[in-house]
Amino acid sequence: MQSPVEIFQHSGGVIGVSWLMIALPLLGAAVLLLGGRRTDRWGHLLGVVMSLAAFVVAVAAFVELLGLPAGERRQAVGLYEFIPGVADMGLLIDPLSISFALLITGVGSLIHIYSIGYMSHDPDRRRFFSYLNLFVAAMLLLVLSDNYLGLFVGWEGVGLASYLLIGFWQFKPTAATAAKKAFIVNRVGDFGLLIALFTIWSVFGSFAYKNLGAGAVQDAMAGGSLSQGTVTAIGLLLLLGACGKSAQLPLQSWLLDAMEGPTPVSALIHAATMVTAGVYLVVRSGAFFEAAPTAQLVVTIVGVATLLAGAIIGCAKDDIKKGLAGSTMSQIGYMMLGAGLGPVGYAFAIAHLITHGFFKANMFLGAGSVMHAMNDEVNMRRYGGLFAVMKITAVTFFIGYLAIIGFPLLSGYYTKEGIIETAMEHNEILGWLAVLGAGLTGFYMSRMVFMTFFGKRRWADDAHPHESPSVMTVPLVLLSIGSIGLGAYLILGNRFMKFLAPAVGLPAELPEPHIFGVGTVGLATLALVAIGAAFAWFRYGAAEVPEVAPRGSFLTVFARRDLYGDALNEALFMRPGQWLTRIAVFFDNRGIDGLVNGLAAGIGGTSGRVRRIQTGYVRSYALSILFGAAVVVGALLYVGTM
Amino acid sequence: MNGTIQAPTIEYALLSPMLIVFGAAIIGVLIEAFAPRYLRKSIHMPLTLLALLGAFATTILGAANGLPTSASAMGAVAVDGPALFVWGIILILAFVSVLLINDDEQFVAQAAAVPGSSDEEEAVRSGYAQTEVYPLLLFAVGGMLLFSSANDLLAMFVGLEVMSLPLYLLCGLARRRRLLSQEASVKYFLLGAFSSAFFLYGMALVYGYTGTVSLRGIGDALGAGSGQETLLLIGTAMLGVGLLFKIGAAPFQAWKPDVYQGAPTAVTALMASTVLVAAFGAVLRVFWVALGGLEWNWQPVMWGIAILTMVVGAILAITQTDIKRMLAYSSVAHAGFLLTGVIATGAAAQNAKALSAILFYLAAYGFTTVGAFAVVTMVRDAGGEAGHLSRWAGLGKRSPFLAGVFAFFLLAFAGIPLTSGFFGKYAVFAAAVSGGAVPLVVVGVVSSAIAAFFYVRVIVLMFFNDPAADGPSIAVPTVGTSAVVALAAAATVVLGVFPQPVLDLADQAASALFIR
Repeated sequence: MQSPVEIFQHSGGVIGVSWLMIALPLLGAAVLLLGGRRTDRWGHLLGVVMSLAAFVVAVAAFVELLGLPAGERRQAVGLYEFIPGVADMGLLIDPLSISFALLITGVGSLIHIYSIGYMSHDPDRRRFFSYLNLFVAAMLLLVLSDNYLGLFVGWEGVGLASYLLIGFWQFKPTAATAAKKAFIVNRVGDFGLLIALFTIWSVFGSFAYKNLGAGAVQDAMAGGSLSQGTVTAIGLLLLLGACGKSAQLPLQSWLLDAMEGPTPVSALIHAATMVTAGVYLVVRSGAFFEAAPTAQLVVTIVGVATLLAGAIIGCAKDDIKKGLAGSTMSQIGYMMLGAGLGPVGYAFAIAHLITHGFFKANMFLGAGSVMHAMNDEVNMRRYGGLFAVMKITAVTFFIGYLAIIGFPLLSGYYTKEGIIETAMEHNEILGWLAVLGAGLTGFYMSRMVFMTFFGKRRWADDAHPHESPSVMTVPLVLLSIGSIGLGAYLILGNRFMKFLAPAVGLPAELPEPHIFGVGTVGLATLALVAIGAAFAWFRYGAAEVPEVAPRGSFLTVFARRDLYGDALNEALFMRPGQWLTRIAVFFDNRGIDGLVNGLAAGIGGTSGRVRRIQTGYVRSYALSILFGAAVVVGALLYVGTM
Repeated sequence: MNGTIQAPTIEYALLSPMLIVFGAAIIGVLIEAFAPRYLRKSIHMPLTLLALLGAFATTILGAANGLPTSASAMGAVAVDGPALFVWGIILILAFVSVLLINDDEQFVAQAAAVPGSSDEEEAVRSGYAQTEVYPLLLFAVGGMLLFSSANDLLAMFVGLEVMSLPLYLLCGLARRRRLLSQEASVKYFLLGAFSSAFFLYGMALVYGYTGTVSLRGIGDALGAGSGQETLLLIGTAMLGVGLLFKIGAAPFQAWKPDVYQGAPTAVTALMASTVLVAAFGAVLRVFWVALGGLEWNWQPVMWGIAILTMVVGAILAITQTDIKRMLAYSSVAHAGFLLTGVIATGAAAQNAKALSAILFYLAAYGFTTVGAFAVVTMVRDAGGEAGHLSRWAGLGKRSPFLAGVFAFFLLAFAGIPLTSGFFGKYAVFAAAVSGGAVPLVVVGVVSSAIAAFFYVRVIVLMFFNDPAADGPSIAVPTVGTSAVVALAAAATVVLGVFPQPVLDLADQAASALFIR
């Protein structure tokens, strides 16, 4: 087992100015927000340019990083002292952060470009782009910061951007509610993250990653300043934060509602990048998790539970975006599972995160293209037969579909297969459940493709679908290319694992990925996926799809209602919460209010009474000065005699 | 001593900031005397700005040339690190305030006219303007420079008076609500004179004990330690009263709300920022340089005053209904926070830490204050500025940008992170903790919490209440006013997000402490 390498202090070169990646989109957001309506005409272009510029910087920094020997590929860039003696602001350019930066700026730029077309009829397009730029800046700060404090600032920043963008059409009550829900549920997770950071601070007295490596954790445990219980608690609290941001059980409920936002937002924030921040957090905090096997086990359990729950939800949704959202939950579950499996898992988790970023963004944008064509209809029961009228969208979506179900040789096949195999070696139960999840993926994704692009046309009367403009289809094509080849490139020869090693460590035994493996697990997975797809064909491809959803079995209703997640939240938290508040209000009025109001009234009353001294008469002021002077003289004399 | 008088040595280069400001003030008086009325303002404005800029440039040059190790002008003035830093702040803030003052709407057409009389109408109609404002301001600024760097008590007293007298006049020049303004002016004058008498009497008593007025001499004499302790203690108390009056510490704060409210808001902005800076310069010099050997005596009393000041400022601000009075009480509370830094003395390193914290706090607070008052000048209704808080309801709906900036200033006053106020408070409280004044910091944090209440209340009022039907209109700001708001907001952001350069500068200025 090879540990992560030391962090070097960097100066000069492109890495030295990597803060530009954050500064440029932030500048874009500032100009667009402060410039107001004046920037309406060219605002979207500025947004795209800033995002592209950040991408260029990221690529240049990546190239420069590759030019360094592997042992030096963790470069810290000091920016300034933020809180003297407490935290310095700085960036860490290492294989892990640069992978994220490339994904965020690359996919982000494509989605920026796509949005020019998608939002072309929206009067607030400029505001939309300013939020998108704000998001890119915050997300880059999250992944590039060299300490947990900067990560937290970015973490809250993406939360804010997500809130603003989910509620972008705030005139729709559902959108406003969804935005609020996302914010509140995330608060629970953020609270966990905060307490984890407080604990880290109280033990280590630092937030910087360079002081929080595996060595530091082991030293602290050997020295007795960090007990096994504390490190487990840190791990679990970090996981709670990750669950909130990445929509993992039990904090998953906001993601489905978040689909109220414009589709490019769903693609960028709620599929490709922000929701994967939890995975980043877990991998970045590997030193803590590796010292806390219990926490690691919980990570894998949460991952598996979510990957199944998301897949089951995805099976029953008729809303194309919600179906994709369930699938996102499920895929992040895979990543979380990988992130709980140590260095081998990290590499597969991050690789899956990157390929997923491509194919899921690809499909979300495809769904957006379909909605664009169908007057914003999201119900798949009113689609059907769209293949003939929008070929580019259909083909690119189909590529994304093949990638996500793990069709051999495409991106998702390698990365997901890697996670499943690693999980299998680790714990057979988890492994087989992950295989089951793959089968479900085969079903629900095939169902989506058949209902949307094939079968009879069940369009609304006024629907005249057409292919989207090229500003939308070109990003689709580019993303689908990533969906085809990226997985094989990253996984074969353990290319990505070796690249990532300086940041997360390298396992002693490397896996041996093949172009097309024929192990038991691999075959079982493929078989289950094929069965799932065939079943979907039988139900939704060959058979008629009713335009109104049938009542469905118990299981369907269960899935349709998001596994009763909301009902559970309501029963467990909301209603008792309401009762609690009512009881609290009762007691508050009777008891505490007496005290608090007494206190407030006391302060207010004192204020009022003392205020009367402020008569406005200069003579009484002079008297008060004289009195004060007498007291000061007396006090000094008194102190002097002591 | 053969009947010849030795010419004093004056370090002109070092003292040039002060000399430039005073020189420009005198030229300003000549302009008032000789230039035709219609030309005066267009001469005053550039002259004043240039003088302040020139003084600032020479201050920087002085700092770049290395600090002298002994006092200048025959020991009367100490141009040391803290003095140069304080000068820099005062000059920038004064420069910014001049941009605010350059708004005729603020000032009376003819101060001598009886309010509401036909004389006044006549003066307004013929477009008179009281252009004496500019030289008065320059004299006041010059006084501040001397006050904050004086190295003997006599020079300090001269500085105090040169600073105060023009301010008394400036307070009475408001165009609207003239009676209130004149009342403020008289009150400020009477109470100011009263407190100056305390200062003077304290000086006499201290001279009686030590036989000298030089701060260094007093410090040395304390070391020798003999004679009438009582004389010295009473003298210390009296000096303290005179100085604490100027910073508005409780129980000497009564003038602040009345004067802040009555004065033209641009003048309030100047007073609230620069006078506090200059007065803290003087307080530190007197209590650390001259009376440092007596700290075991004055510290407990100062503890009491600091606590009282923080609590009184925070509590009384709650029931204020006028925005300017509220800001005045907030300024009282901030003076209390700063006093915790004055108390936090110890070894040289501790002193340097406390001094640097105070210097940073003054810079941060000064900018935010000028910005906040600049916003106040823009919210007007028929009778002038809309001072009553109820008139500010729903401002966020009418002009979200202005209300947003004001809310930001209020958050900075409250000391919310990512604003300059946070680092100011953090630095001062951290210095106080390491100086062993933990209970004081507890009181400080509690009063910050109380203070946050009334800051946030204004924000709630602006953003969550419905605007009054006949609410105030937002004056189209002059270029100067918008520049002031923008500059103050920028300073508040930059010092809150990226405070290091200024913290370093304050550290450098404070590292060698005061020269004696």
